Amino acid sequence: MDIKERNKAYNKYVNAKIPKTRPWPTLFNSFWVGGLICLIGQGINDLILYLFPNVSESSAWAYTLIVLIFLASLLTGIGVYDKIGRFAGGGTIVPITGFSNSITSPSVEFKSEGIIYGICVKMFTIAGPVIVFGVLSSALVGLIYYIIYLFV
Amino acid sequence: MKNDTIRFKRQPKIIGSYSIVGPKEGQGNFKDYFDYIMKNDLFGEKTFEKAERKMIETAITGAIQKSKLGMKDINLLVAGDLLNQIISSSYAARAFNFPYLGVYGACSTMAESIAVASTLVDGGYFENVVCCTASHFSTAERQYRFPLELGNQRPPVSQWTVTGAGSCVLSQKGKGPRVTMATFGKVIDWGVVDVNNMGAAMAPKMAIIGP
Repeated sequence: MDIKERNKAYNKYVNAKIPKTRPWPTLFNSFWVGGLICLIGQGINDLILYLFPNVSESSAWAYTLIVLIFLASLLTGIGVYDKIGRFAGGGTIVPITGFSNSITSPSVEFKSEGIIYGICVKMFTIAGPVIVFGVLSSALVGLIYYIIYLFV
Repeated sequence: MKNDTIRFKRQPKIIGSYSIVGPKEGQGNFKDYFDYIMKNDLFGEKTFEKAERKMIETAITGAIQKSKLGMKDINLLVAGDLLNQIISSSYAARAFNFPYLGVYGACSTMAESIAVASTLVDGGYFENVVCCTASHFSTAERQYRFPLELGNQRPPVSQWTVTGAGSCVLSQKGKGPRVTMATFGKVIDWGVVDVNNMGAAMAPKMAIIGP
């Protein structure tokens, strides 16, 4: 049998046999934990607007994000966030707390290799693609925006 | 030699062995069979890599002690581990005053080191050879997959790398289980690319070569 066909047949067999993740409990946990994180975010935002009435709404959102990022980093550092993540999956990866975790966790992991070569080099190993595509797509959108404005 | 299997004429004996495992392994079904169970994953060291090295040193020393041989009776160390440049074994070998032969076979490193050592002992070139291998969950995980603190989920088929080290002394003389045959394996790749499903990647090899 051809190697490619053999591999394809074997992978098909493997996929038919392996235990699958049960979708409903996973989705449910991911939904409510993710929702809870958003609720906490909204709470922090409301609290900032209540405590500091002079702060504009857009800067209040920025402060909220900073607080959420800080909390997620702190929870990663004390070894709690990975346990929540194992339970909630996408619910903790999709909000900004997941992004924070993906930067803090390699920093913690590679601390033993020094500040420059360990923490600073390895910090973006997981979040790197997100940042690259974030920057690139925002530049692209800016360019499209600029071109459209030339004609409108 | 008809196929890949070799039969040993003198049949080297395993005259001493030592195993050391992490706390998680120490809670398992085999806990009574291990010589030493570590209280934590760091084993009194600053990094997991250093802990792995210390585990190898402990295992080798322990195996030699249990074989009732002295350090000067050992002619060779055959060892390997999972890290790049088999660095844990190589650093551990510094602590000993006998030659070192590094081997790498991932999950099969222990079998490979025993097979290589048996061939050397059977050939009459060495009298007493120490074999050793080790792996550490925390060092392997960060080299192959993700940081420990990353909040990701493991799929149901994912494996857990053992934290532990094992060592044994092979000798021409003495009493103990004998190594009678060895089969050196071919690399079999049936195209499984999922890093979390190592069982499926390794299974075809067993089916082809057989038990």
